[in-house]
Amino acid sequence: MRERGNRASRRLLLAGMGAAAGALSFAGLDGCAPKARIGPNGEEAKLNLYNWDTYTGETTLADFKKATGIDVKMSLFATNDELFAKLKAGNPGFDVIVPSNEFVTRFRLADLLQPLDLAKIPNRANLLPAFRDPPFDPGRRYSMPYTWLVLGIGYRKSKMRGVPDSWKWLMDSDRYKGRIGLFSEADDLIELGAKYLGYSVRNVPLAVIDRVARMYIRQKPYVKIFHHDEGQDLLLSGDIDIVMEYNGDIAQVMSEDPDLDFVVPKEGSIINSDCLCIPKGAPRPDNAHQFINFLLGGKAGADVYDTIKYPTPNAAALDMMPASYRDNQAIFPPAEAMARCEYAEFEGMARAHLYDETVTRIFAA
Amino acid sequence: MDESWKRARAVFATFAGPPVLWLAAFFLVPLAIIWAYSFGDNASLTRIAISGTLANYIHAIQPLYLGIIAKSLWFAGLTTALCLVIGFPVAIAITFASEKSKAWLLLLIMLPFWTNLLIRTYALMAVLRTEGYINFGLGFFWTGLGHLTALFGHPLPAFQPLELLHNNFAVVFGLVYVQLPFMVLPLYAALDRLDRSLLEASLDLGAGHLTTFARVVVPLAVPGIVSGILVTLIPSIGAYLTPDLLGGPSSQMIANVIERQFKTANDWPFGAALSFLLMYMTFVAIAVQAIVARGRKARGR
Repeated sequence: MRERGNRASRRLLLAGMGAAAGALSFAGLDGCAPKARIGPNGEEAKLNLYNWDTYTGETTLADFKKATGIDVKMSLFATNDELFAKLKAGNPGFDVIVPSNEFVTRFRLADLLQPLDLAKIPNRANLLPAFRDPPFDPGRRYSMPYTWLVLGIGYRKSKMRGVPDSWKWLMDSDRYKGRIGLFSEADDLIELGAKYLGYSVRNVPLAVIDRVARMYIRQKPYVKIFHHDEGQDLLLSGDIDIVMEYNGDIAQVMSEDPDLDFVVPKEGSIINSDCLCIPKGAPRPDNAHQFINFLLGGKAGADVYDTIKYPTPNAAALDMMPASYRDNQAIFPPAEAMARCEYAEFEGMARAHLYDETVTRIFAA
Repeated sequence: MDESWKRARAVFATFAGPPVLWLAAFFLVPLAIIWAYSFGDNASLTRIAISGTLANYIHAIQPLYLGIIAKSLWFAGLTTALCLVIGFPVAIAITFASEKSKAWLLLLIMLPFWTNLLIRTYALMAVLRTEGYINFGLGFFWTGLGHLTALFGHPLPAFQPLELLHNNFAVVFGLVYVQLPFMVLPLYAALDRLDRSLLEASLDLGAGHLTTFARVVVPLAVPGIVSGILVTLIPSIGAYLTPDLLGGPSSQMIANVIERQFKTANDWPFGAALSFLLMYMTFVAIAVQAIVARGRKARGR
């Protein structure tokens, strides 16, 4: 769903070519590689990680090998849907995967995740309190948080009248007509519309979904584009001036153009969290636990977040980060804004179909 | 020709066998699976039960989806018409070019195929965007003109970039750009076979150039026109990448809806029903075309 780090790798390029490359590199893993050494835990000293692009530190995998002797082979996916599709027909050999929170639920409902052995992950003590018991995985039995993200408004300061700190300027106003970019993801669009109208992003009542749809249809003449998570690029290139996007994406382009900024609207927003999980049928579960524990460590975590610039749920890593990261209001929006944000939830396929049809209606109007 | 093939059955089987097997294994079987899905239910997050239900088709013929199909047909029809209008002169020019330059011109028509469609579409985005090459060029000349008029005391207002990307214009522009070679090649094939003496006869007998074109060239090129229209129209109806990347808030085509069913909405049965609805319509169109062609042939005799 999100475009990670390297802005040159565009979503579709990645989705198209990544799928092919991923399949190829993976076929090479188990087939042709010489038999790996057996580690002290009785498992082969290797690990298959299925991850987002540019989502580890530069030396993370090498450091892990130095510490444990385990070789990590990483394959990449571009969307949660791709990840789910790859595993739903049976685990082709992955030990660790990185789904977002709603997909942690979806994987669990489809019975595709192994419960974690918490005794093997002592570094979970490093987690910030807010991430120890999330609603999508009570007690953290199946997932450990890796990053979190919040949706908000990215904007070009010189083109705004004041700080656009309300969804109104995107969804319900012609003030920035022709300069507006909205997300094309059905669930984000509908849930944030409901949030603007004063409802929770969870269990949105049917009548409200209809109101949201009519609001977007009214707003459509002023909208330049429903983007596929390349909002930060459109903002940077000057195609639009105000856009619905993730904080991490906007934080990346803010370092290139000081005229850009990010705000979490006063009505609140949706938090997401990408999580480390072990899929059912993982060939090397003990290595997988070691790897997850390693990433939750302070030093290893700091290396990762220093590279990828997404907010961390890891207190030990946060302490080691420079002030330019810790005090960045785009990466860490003010606490009072975050207090009004909530996790969205996977609410069943019927709901997903309803949201999709609503968005089809909005686009077709 | 037909007779000798029938006699050499063994040779025929040897040569036709592998491609037929290939087609069956990698085209017909997957297609049949998707077709079966279109009569299925989502039993769980990961399982589709083929129950023989028609619910997916009933859902698919709602006005909402028929409207989107109609819009896709309109985009595709417009694209095909533009390709025909632009492609016909190009095909004629190639036909009448010297043998040597003909080869080069045909190569130029086929050159775009050497680059991936996705890359070409991104290149088009770089050309069309607000700060793209077209607006950059126009802005350059506009500023130059402004300096000139300022000398005479009439400065021009600042340049307003044209909105070329992320709207329906960009979608049709992109589709024409992609589909044009598919129109030019069959037209060229038809026109190249045309007997030049017929044109000379028409001109000698007093018809003007326009009359000759309308009453001799076009009727003789009909087979090329029909196949050109088919190979342009059908892929355009199912275009997915172009509206996705170049389109604006109202550029959704039916293939984008189908794509979402297979990805984010995770409703494969409904996506399968929508794609087969489109396929049935294509079959009907091809059948009608075949009947018309047969009728014309019969009358011709």
